Amino acid sequence: MTEATILAEHGSGPSLRERLQHAMPFIVLAPSLLASFIYVFVFTIWTFYISLSDSSLLPTYHFVGFEHYVSIWANKRWTIAYSNLLLYSVLYVSLAILIGLGLAIAIDQRVRGEAIWRTIFLYPLAVSFAVTGTVWAWLYSPNAGIEFFVRSLGWTDFTFRLTTDRNLAIYAVIATGIWQSSGFAMALFLAGLRSVDPDLLKAAQIDGAGPFRTYRKVIIPTIAPIFIAVAVVLLQFAIRTFDLVAALTNNGGPGIATTFPATYVYDLMFQRGQIAEGATAAILMLGALAFVLVPYSLWLVWRRRRESAHG
Amino acid sequence: MSSLTISKLRKSFGPVEVLKGVDLEARTGEFVALVGPSGCGKSTLLAMIAGLETISSGEIRIDGRLVNSVAPKDRDIAMVFQSYALYPTMTVRQNITFGMESRHVPRAVQDEAVKRVAALLQIEPLLQRKPGQLSGGQRQRVAMGRALVRDPKLFLFDEPLSNLDAKLRVEMRSEIKRLHQRVGKTTIYVTHDQVEAMTLASRIAVMHKGELQQFDVPRMVYDRPANMFVAGFMGSPSMNFLSAEIGDEQGSTLKLANGDDAPLTLGLASPLAGRGASRNIILGVRPEHISLHHPERVADKRAYALASAPVEIVEPTGAETMVGLRLAGREITARFEPHEAPEVGQTVTLALDMSKACLFDAQTERLIN
Repeated sequence: MTEATILAEHGSGPSLRERLQHAMPFIVLAPSLLASFIYVFVFTIWTFYISLSDSSLLPTYHFVGFEHYVSIWANKRWTIAYSNLLLYSVLYVSLAILIGLGLAIAIDQRVRGEAIWRTIFLYPLAVSFAVTGTVWAWLYSPNAGIEFFVRSLGWTDFTFRLTTDRNLAIYAVIATGIWQSSGFAMALFLAGLRSVDPDLLKAAQIDGAGPFRTYRKVIIPTIAPIFIAVAVVLLQFAIRTFDLVAALTNNGGPGIATTFPATYVYDLMFQRGQIAEGATAAILMLGALAFVLVPYSLWLVWRRRRESAHG
Repeated sequence: MSSLTISKLRKSFGPVEVLKGVDLEARTGEFVALVGPSGCGKSTLLAMIAGLETISSGEIRIDGRLVNSVAPKDRDIAMVFQSYALYPTMTVRQNITFGMESRHVPRAVQDEAVKRVAALLQIEPLLQRKPGQLSGGQRQRVAMGRALVRDPKLFLFDEPLSNLDAKLRVEMRSEIKRLHQRVGKTTIYVTHDQVEAMTLASRIAVMHKGELQQFDVPRMVYDRPANMFVAGFMGSPSMNFLSAEIGDEQGSTLKLANGDDAPLTLGLASPLAGRGASRNIILGVRPEHISLHHPERVADKRAYALASAPVEIVEPTGAETMVGLRLAGREITARFEPHEAPEVGQTVTLALDMSKACLFDAQTERLIN
């Protein structure tokens, strides 16, 4: 019998100590819950409100309606940012998945020194996007990177200048993003491949399915949920892309060729003092994120329900 | 004509030898059960027959053809797995046709085969469902359907019933037996359940520690177990083992040491001649061969050895009652009709049916014929 219950038996009704014990989880959780609530909901609503105002350097609360939401689409930088994001998302997500899956399947063939390969491919993920961007900025640099190296070997006509070409710079960003993230995709796919019931593979073997058919028809469909999880995680990485571009192409260069929504928001808000336009862009980014994450969460809930329904 | 012949089959994983020279043979249409405790090598043996495990040495022939290095798909076998191994993302129908599609069987033939198997196993209403939407018994049936549709030379079952609950297991067991009688395919069936082996098999191969202990019809495996392992493994509750010595020169009695009391002497049904120096014997008596002594009921008195024993524990199971007694200082179990069962604390006179008892050499643990 605990002290609390003894006290409770003597007094009438729950004692202070007992009530405190009941309240303890709430007391402990309250600060972080409160902070999350303020940072997520209050600031989101505030940002949304500002996007509807005519704020410039400082927030004002003069309501102008959805004016900025219309005018932003006339802004060339914003449309470039959004189409960059579109191109980046599609190529980055699909290629990172493809390469990750390829690596996972290769490692799954019981290669020797598997742990070493796994570490090598997963390592880029341990490096922040800012560091990745900086390192790759050097590698892409004509004066210090790959071009310089190959030329020093003797091929003096060799050119490799992705980041200085307006039309190609975005592909440098995409390639770097893929380099960073395909190891992450690989790790998840490998875990998925390993979780496939080995009896399934034996059954497929007896059924006469070759390795290709076994992967295509049996294994990959079985790990389909992992594809969705990887795609969603990578997609929200893509939408938030900021530090990679900031470090790699010096915040959207050359010119505005690699501007992303996040760099655009940063620029408007902190460089130009156009808070209302910045808030508008931020809300549009939030919309893009919600567009990805809300269906995914709904899908997860639906799947869990369906699974529990079938036992 | 035998459809499976295995000779001197060995398998080692590094320094560990899992199979130590197994010889086995299944005649066409036969149902062979591989039975043994876990780790005895029975599943490895099955995987080697299927081609899923490599062979260290020895040979496997299916229908006379050496298949040591033939790929599983070309061995003309079908297998049912313990986990059923149904492809989770395919419908029941796709599960059944997957093998035929891999072999590019024409569509019309596939449809015909699915119809035949679905009718045989009564799974027509399930064809469009996914495995996740099926019960354990239904999955089991689909797994068998996937195997049956191939019309293979050899059917392999790897503990197919061990994931089912007790009641369903008994149902599926008789279903498998009926199915085998109807289809008549040579079947190799791995199980750790000796009851399954007894009920299903036309011959039982008992395995232990990578060696084949006995390969015979169920009756012989049960009545004349080749050694103490087989005797103890087959049958539940287990056979009672009593160490004894040959009691006289003719070898017609056994003497059981009984602590400080006078040794117990049991008459043998037929004398053990020519045992020479090795006088130490293990007497094996099955629980159902021990009964209460009724002078008027025993016709051939010579076949029964009498001994008195105190009752220590009584376990009614409904149909029969297991009674734990102490005979010459050792615990034994006897199986009684419920209405005949004695009560705890009583001392009863037991009649041991020596004509059905097994005698084992104490050193080699082998059956003495």
